[in-house]
Amino acid sequence: MDILNALMDGFSVALTPTNLGLAVFGCFIGTLIGALPGLGPVNGVAILIPVAFAMKLSPGSALILLSCIYYGCMYGGRISSIMLNIPGDEPAIMTTLDGYPMAKKGKAAQALGISAVASFVGATVATLGLTFFAPYLAKAAIYFGPADYFALYVMAFATIGGVAGVNPIKTLLAAVIGLMLASVGLDPATGTARFTFGSYNLYDGFDPIVSIVGLFAISEILMYFERIAGEGGEAVPLDRGLPKLREVFAGFPASLRGSVIGFICGVLPGAGASLGAFVSYNVEKQVSDKDGTFGTGDPRGIAAPEAGNNAASGGALIPMLTLGVPGSGTTAVMLALLISLNIQPGPLLFERQPEIVWGLIASLYIANVVLLVMNVPLVGIFTRLLSLPQWLLMPVVIMVSFIGIYSISHAPFDLFVMIAFGVLGYALRKLDISLVPVVLGLLLGADMENNLRRALSISGGDFGILVHSSIALAIYALTAVMLFLTVIMARRQTGKAAS
Amino acid sequence: MKRNLLVAVVMAAGMSATAASAAECIAPADPGGGWDFTCRTVGRLLTELGIEEAPVQVTNMPGGVGAVAFANVAGKRADEGDLLVATSTVGVTQIAQGKYPGGVDVMRWVGMLGSDVGVIVVPAASPYASLDDLLGALKDDPTSVPVAGSSGAGGWDHIRLLMLADSAGMTGDAYKAIRWVQFDGGGPAVTQMMGGQVGAVSTDLGEIAGFVQSGDIRILAALSDDPIPAFPDAPTAKAQGYDVTGYNWRGFYTGGEVSDADYDGWVAALNTLYDSEEWKAAAEANGLIPVWRGGAEFETYVEQQAQQMEEISRQIGVIK
Repeated sequence: MDILNALMDGFSVALTPTNLGLAVFGCFIGTLIGALPGLGPVNGVAILIPVAFAMKLSPGSALILLSCIYYGCMYGGRISSIMLNIPGDEPAIMTTLDGYPMAKKGKAAQALGISAVASFVGATVATLGLTFFAPYLAKAAIYFGPADYFALYVMAFATIGGVAGVNPIKTLLAAVIGLMLASVGLDPATGTARFTFGSYNLYDGFDPIVSIVGLFAISEILMYFERIAGEGGEAVPLDRGLPKLREVFAGFPASLRGSVIGFICGVLPGAGASLGAFVSYNVEKQVSDKDGTFGTGDPRGIAAPEAGNNAASGGALIPMLTLGVPGSGTTAVMLALLISLNIQPGPLLFERQPEIVWGLIASLYIANVVLLVMNVPLVGIFTRLLSLPQWLLMPVVIMVSFIGIYSISHAPFDLFVMIAFGVLGYALRKLDISLVPVVLGLLLGADMENNLRRALSISGGDFGILVHSSIALAIYALTAVMLFLTVIMARRQTGKAAS
Repeated sequence: MKRNLLVAVVMAAGMSATAASAAECIAPADPGGGWDFTCRTVGRLLTELGIEEAPVQVTNMPGGVGAVAFANVAGKRADEGDLLVATSTVGVTQIAQGKYPGGVDVMRWVGMLGSDVGVIVVPAASPYASLDDLLGALKDDPTSVPVAGSSGAGGWDHIRLLMLADSAGMTGDAYKAIRWVQFDGGGPAVTQMMGGQVGAVSTDLGEIAGFVQSGDIRILAALSDDPIPAFPDAPTAKAQGYDVTGYNWRGFYTGGEVSDADYDGWVAALNTLYDSEEWKAAAEANGLIPVWRGGAEFETYVEQQAQQMEEISRQIGVIK
């Protein structure tokens, strides 16, 4: 009851006209930032912090504005994944796998509708979890050590073979390329430079967002050049502008499963939204891909990762608020904002400044509803994008990519990196190798390595530590079960094909 | 008609003059870290207090623990008088270990506004009641207590621990065997310690003060000359017989070819900021102790610190 009372107080904070207006504004801007390739939530929030200061907002209002931008970005990231096959931000990569094929079949409206509902389900599950269990979950997450995180990454990569395409060997090859690229830069444990060739620009390795925009957007443009050099490309068929209600809820059970998995990944500070979306997709494929329709535009393949990444984003607020430990780049920026507003996140925040915490939580509920309502009519507008001629769309994509990437770090070097990744992406596409595992390797490889190194630092180099904890053992057991199921299912399918 | 044109020209000139005088602060890290905080807070207060007219623009230029920004300013913007770059003891450690393209003499050091204090912390239920207990255990068996911090091996958090081990009489070979675990910040290091992964943490107090207030962790030693105002009961290392201090100051440098007039202007601006109540409040909220060193005094201080850091790094075998 205490929690409900506190939440009601929170709603009275969030429902003032100013705060409500800020929430709507934040949702809109967030969706826009998320949809533009290159501009992810980290930069979106960082760029808008000065705006919050300039408007002389109270701490509570500033936090509400920026959280709504954060949630909005998570909704927006899927739009360019589905419409252009270019992820708007890191966690939206998995949505390209089924979202884009579905849009190509002419069901773009349905794909956008499904993902909007899935995002809503995921974010709502996470916000409920934040409301009722935040302090307990934070306490439990503490017991997740480096060896356990390593096991989690092993599970993610062990099941990667099934992620994309028909050829598991090519998928594994792509993941290894990603892992190799992840080893470039300063070794965090010792500060030694690796594969940097004396360039300070490579000290921090390849920024995932730069490589994503390069791999997806730039290579798409190269593919387009190739197409117009030959015969004109086929136009994407368009169906009606708005999806039917029944179609939109096609992925509902998948959304629920994805939400739970994503939420758990979000609560763990060492995991995060990209891993959440990744594991949600893998698990959903194991559970429900009986006919091999994943990767060709299956509604469940859109719903699971979208619910997963939104739930993880909400979950990541838990360690940020209750421990002061950010689980992602965006929560790190929000943490910095809180501190500069003289709010000290950490174990005492809920006791000392309840009106801010509960005002924030209440505004997240409101943001969710606003985003759902806002995104349904927007579906019609976004589907029109596809009816634009390619010669008009592609230059805009190039422009947005270059401006987006340059605005992050103001480093021309990043633009060259982006172009290089574009050429790599083009070559991989011509070889029929999926780009998604490359990005996953790059995005998660560094964290996987860091946690392995930390575990080994603790044990003094003894690999036994990796299987000492019961959490790690449980994760390995789960991995074994998932791999076993994959083999069985593969056998059955070949059996069916033979008979 | 002509007059209108004239007015327009004058206005345009005025506008471009304001645009040119808008100061820029480079935070050589991603948004969200300590350097980013330094730029954003100082930039905001400089404008709010009317010391700078136009809002100070903050640019994030991450890379190589500050090396990318250092190289950029040294190479391309050495004479830009309206530029500040945030730095700290961590940056000077990198310079002293030869990890930046150049030494401290490449830049002009403007001033420092405050300082975080290094602490050694353990979980509330830890068997170690004092610094003596912890260092005693490490002396008996260096591998017995894994210690964590926010820097890699050879970084400032690690060096401060080894300085304590050194002053406890451990030899180089012994303290090099201490197991050091790097996390992405003081907060993650402390939560992993609370989860039982490591036995102690050496890091700055600011980021983890909340855990001390909530009673989850205890301060075994504060690496300051005097007890920390916010935690007067936490004993200093000095009071326990170990002559070690480990501050992490926050300050700024600017390009090496900046004119004396611009340089003095920055020193005066930061000094005015330092004297304000607003800065004191902002510093305190972030666990910083307000400390001022500016101009020539600060330049000497940085030179000495770099020299000292180089010696320590050599002693403990981080550089050869």
